[in-house]
Amino acid sequence: MSKAGNTLASADPPPPTARLTGRRGVELALIVLAVLLSVYGYCAVGLARNGTVPPGAAGYGAGLGVLALVAHLAVRWRAPGSDPVLLPIGVLLNGLGLVLIYRLDLETPGDPAAPTQLIWSTLGVALFIGVVLVLRDHRVLQRYTYVSVTVALVLLTVPILFPAVNGARIWIRVAGFSIQPGEFAKVLLAVFFAAYLAANRSALTYAGRRVWKLQLPTGRVLGPIVAVWLVSVVVLVLERDLGTSLLFFGLFVVMLYVATGRTGWIAVGLLLASLGAVAVGRLEPHVHHRIETWLHPFASIEAGEGPNQIAQSLFAFAEGGTLGTGLGLGHSVLIGFAVKSDFILATAGEELGLAGLSAIILLYGLLVERGYRAGLALRDPFGRLLAVGLASLVALQVFVIAGGVTGLIPLTGMAMPFLAQGGSSVVTNWAIVALLVRLSDSARQQDAGGSRPVPRDARESDGGALR
Amino acid sequence: MTRHIRHAAVFCALLLVALLVNAARVQVLHADAYDSNPANRRDTIARYQQPRGDILVDGRPVTGSRDTGEHLRYERTYPLGPLYAPVTGFASQEYGTTQLEHTEDRLLSGVAPVLAPLPLWNEFTRSRNAGGDVVTTIDPAAQRAAYEGLRSRKGAVAAVEPSTGRILALVSVPSYDPALLSGNGATARDAWARLNADPDRPMLNRAVQRTYPPGSTFKVVTAAAALDAGVVKNLDERTDSPDPYTLPGTRTRLVNGAKGCADATVREAFVLSCNTVFAKLGVATGVDRMRETAESFGFNDGDVRIPFRVAGSTFDTSVDRAQLALSSIGQYNTRATPLQMAMVAAAVAGGGQVREPYLVERTTRAGGGTVSTAGSRPVRRAMFPATAIRMRELMRGVVEDGTGKKAAIPGAVVGGKTGTAQHGLGNSGTPYAWFISWAQGGEDMEAKVAVAVVVEDAANRRTISGGGTAAPIARAVMEAVLKP
Repeated sequence: MSKAGNTLASADPPPPTARLTGRRGVELALIVLAVLLSVYGYCAVGLARNGTVPPGAAGYGAGLGVLALVAHLAVRWRAPGSDPVLLPIGVLLNGLGLVLIYRLDLETPGDPAAPTQLIWSTLGVALFIGVVLVLRDHRVLQRYTYVSVTVALVLLTVPILFPAVNGARIWIRVAGFSIQPGEFAKVLLAVFFAAYLAANRSALTYAGRRVWKLQLPTGRVLGPIVAVWLVSVVVLVLERDLGTSLLFFGLFVVMLYVATGRTGWIAVGLLLASLGAVAVGRLEPHVHHRIETWLHPFASIEAGEGPNQIAQSLFAFAEGGTLGTGLGLGHSVLIGFAVKSDFILATAGEELGLAGLSAIILLYGLLVERGYRAGLALRDPFGRLLAVGLASLVALQVFVIAGGVTGLIPLTGMAMPFLAQGGSSVVTNWAIVALLVRLSDSARQQDAGGSRPVPRDARESDGGALR
Repeated sequence: MTRHIRHAAVFCALLLVALLVNAARVQVLHADAYDSNPANRRDTIARYQQPRGDILVDGRPVTGSRDTGEHLRYERTYPLGPLYAPVTGFASQEYGTTQLEHTEDRLLSGVAPVLAPLPLWNEFTRSRNAGGDVVTTIDPAAQRAAYEGLRSRKGAVAAVEPSTGRILALVSVPSYDPALLSGNGATARDAWARLNADPDRPMLNRAVQRTYPPGSTFKVVTAAAALDAGVVKNLDERTDSPDPYTLPGTRTRLVNGAKGCADATVREAFVLSCNTVFAKLGVATGVDRMRETAESFGFNDGDVRIPFRVAGSTFDTSVDRAQLALSSIGQYNTRATPLQMAMVAAAVAGGGQVREPYLVERTTRAGGGTVSTAGSRPVRRAMFPATAIRMRELMRGVVEDGTGKKAAIPGAVVGGKTGTAQHGLGNSGTPYAWFISWAQGGEDMEAKVAVAVVVEDAANRRTISGGGTAAPIARAVMEAVLKP
C-alpha cells in the first residue's frame, strides 16, 4: 500500500514471454476444471432426479467447453498477458447458472428457461471474444465518453415507453426476447464515469469549506454529482427499479471517492442517498412495501396470508443448512415468481448449502479482487478508474441482490451476475469480464515495457502526492 | 489514488463478508427456527414424498398409499374405509391425523428415530426411512361381525380378549370413509365440511371417545363391590328390598321394569335386572367401596391410551345416598365408554383381573423387522377370584334364563348382562340399549372374548331393549372369535 506505480513496475520485471504462456496454461487448466464442475453439476441434477445422467450432458459439456475454449484462444491471441483467473470464473459461474436454471426447469415443465439462457450465454461469450479481439487498447474508450453517457441515458429511459412488467418498467420486448437495457447501461456508465473523472480529477479535488473533519467539495463541482443523483432518482420513480438506481448511485460514489480521495464526497453521497431513500420509501408504495417486508418477513404468515417470497427464500436457505440438500433435491421452487432470476441464489443456498453459497460468493470476491488488482497495476487514471468501477459494479450488484434474498437489506429486483436467468445480464457480465481481461493485459503490457507507449500523465504516481 | 483504490477494495470486501456472515446466520443459526415454521411446506412435501407405512389387521394391510404425482405425492387409501375407520382414523394432507394414524404417525411416516439404521444417520444423509407398519390386535371376523350387526343402526361395539387385554373389535356406526379426507383438494374439503356438519357425527369414535350411561350393565360392578365388601354373602338369600324403593332422603320412588323384584335374591335380581335391589345394594355397600371397585375396573381414569386416548369413564364419588343409589344402577353421573364396559365383562371372565386394553400388537420396519411389541401389560385386581366365580354364575344365568337369551351360543359358555339406559332431560331421550358379555368355547380353558355393545337408536322401547337389540350383535361377535 505504501508504494505506488513505480514499485509495481519493479516488482514485475521482464522478460515476460515465459511467464505469459505460463499464465495461459493456468487459464486453460482452470477452464477445464470449470467446465468439468459444471458438467458434474448437470449430471448430479439428473442422477438425483431420475437416477440417470441426463441425455443432454455430453452436449451441454461440449457446448460450454467449446465456448470456453474459443474464448480462451481469443485471449491467448490478443491478450496473452491478462489475468488467468477472470475467464475461468466467468465460465464456472455461467455454467453453474445454467445448471441451476436447468434444475429449476424440471419443476416448471411448461416454462423452460435454460435453452434461452444458453443462447444468451453464447451471445455473451461472443461479445467477450469480440471485445478482446477488437478493443486492442482500453484507452480507446476514452474517446467515446459522451457517446457512452448518451447511449446509457437512452437505454435507461427507453423502457419507460414500454408497459410495466411486475411493477417495474425495466424491460423492452423485441422479437420475443425480453431485454433489460439498464443492464447494458451500467457498463456504459462505468466507462463514462471513468473517463469523466479521469479528465476532471484535479478540478474535483478542489476543496471547499471544511466542516468538522469533512472536506466539503466546492459548489461548482457539486453539479455533476447532483445531476447523477437526480437521474438515479428519476430512474427509480419512473421505472420503480430500486436496484438499478441504488447500484448506479453506489458506483458513482465509489468511483468519485477513488478519483478524488475526498471523504466529503462520501458524506454528500450518503446524505443524498438517504434523503432519496427516505423520500422514495415514504412516497412510493412499491418501495415502502419492500422495506416493510424486509423488516417483517413473516408478517404475511402471521396475517394468515401464507409466506411471501422473502419468507420462502429464507426457508430455502435454512433448509440448505451447512452442506445443502444436494442438487435437484430442494424445494426452492416454492418461492414462485422470479425463482430463476432474482431468487436464483436461494436454489444455490438450499441445494449446495452454506458451503456452496460461500464458494459462489468467494468466486465473486475473487473476480472483484482481480478487477481491483488490475486497477492497482494500471498507471493511467482512466484504466484504473474503469477497472475499479467494473469490479465495484460486480461487488455492489452481488451485495444488493444476495443481501436482498437473504434478508440482509430490502429486496430490490436485480440479476445475480452470471447465475440468474436473464439475457441482458449475462451479456453485460461477459462484457465486464472482457474489459477486465483487457485491462489486466494492458497492466501487464505496460510493466513488460510493452510496445505501446504509456501517456505521460498516466505514469505519474499519485500515491506519494496524497500522503 | 492507490490508497483510495485499496479503501474501495476494503469496502467491497466488507460487503461480501457481510453477505457471508448473514448467510451463516440464516443457514446455520436460524435454520431450525425457519425449518420448523408452520408455513414452511418442506416438511409436508417430504412427508408425502414416500408411501406411508401400513396398518395391518391379521397380517393384511387395511390401508394403502396412492401415487398421485402431485406436489404432495402419496395419498392414503383405505380399501375397507368405514369398517376400520374407528381403528385407523384418517391421515389427511389437509386435516392432520387421528386414531392410530395419529399416535403411530412418526413410525408410519418414517421419521421415528428408531427406524434409522444408525443414530443421527438421517440427519447426516438427509434421507427419510421407509414408513414402518403397525400390526393391530383386531380380529377381522369379529370386527366385521360387529360392523354388520350394527350396520343399519347407531352405536358401538368394543371387544377384548380377557386374558391379555388385546382389543379384538372396535366399531362405531355410523362410520365414514377416511379415504375421502386423504387428499388436499376440493373433495377433501367438501367431505370434511359434510362430515363435520352431519348431526350423527360419523367421525366420532363411539367405542372409545364417547361415554354413555351404562344403565343396568353397571350392576355387574355393583354386585362385584357388594360381594367383595361382604354385603352379600349368599346369592340365593332373600334381600330386604322393597318394590318400589324410595331413594334415601327423598320421596322419589324407584320402580322396576320387571315383576318379582320385591325381596328378590341377588341371583334373581341380577337375572331380572331389578333396579330396586341393586340401588339398595349400592347404598348398603357405601360410596367408598363402590368407588374402589369402580376405579379398579378402570372408571375415573382419564388417561387410558390404547394408544390413542380413551374418554374417561366416570363414577361420581361426591354423591348423597339417593345419588349413590342411582349411580349404582348406572344412572345419575355414571358414564362409561363401550370399551370400559367390555373391560368390566372381561374382568369377570378373567378371574377378577383387569388388563389394560391395547390395540397395537407390534410395530415393524418396512422390511418386517420388529421395532416394538406390546409386551406385558400391568394387571389390576378388580375383585377377589371367589367373587369373580360368583359373578360368572350370575352372568351365565342372564344368558341361560334371563334377559340375555339371544346371546346364547350352542356349545359355549356365555355370560352377559343387559342394560337399558335412560338419558336426556327428564329421561326423554331414546334409551340406549346395552349388552355386555363374555364367551368361553366348549374346549377352551378360559374365556376368549368379552364384548360390550351399545345401540343408541330404536323406534320404540320394546325393540331397543338390551336383550333384544344388542345381544344378537354381541353373540355374532363372540361367535366370530370362538370360531376356529
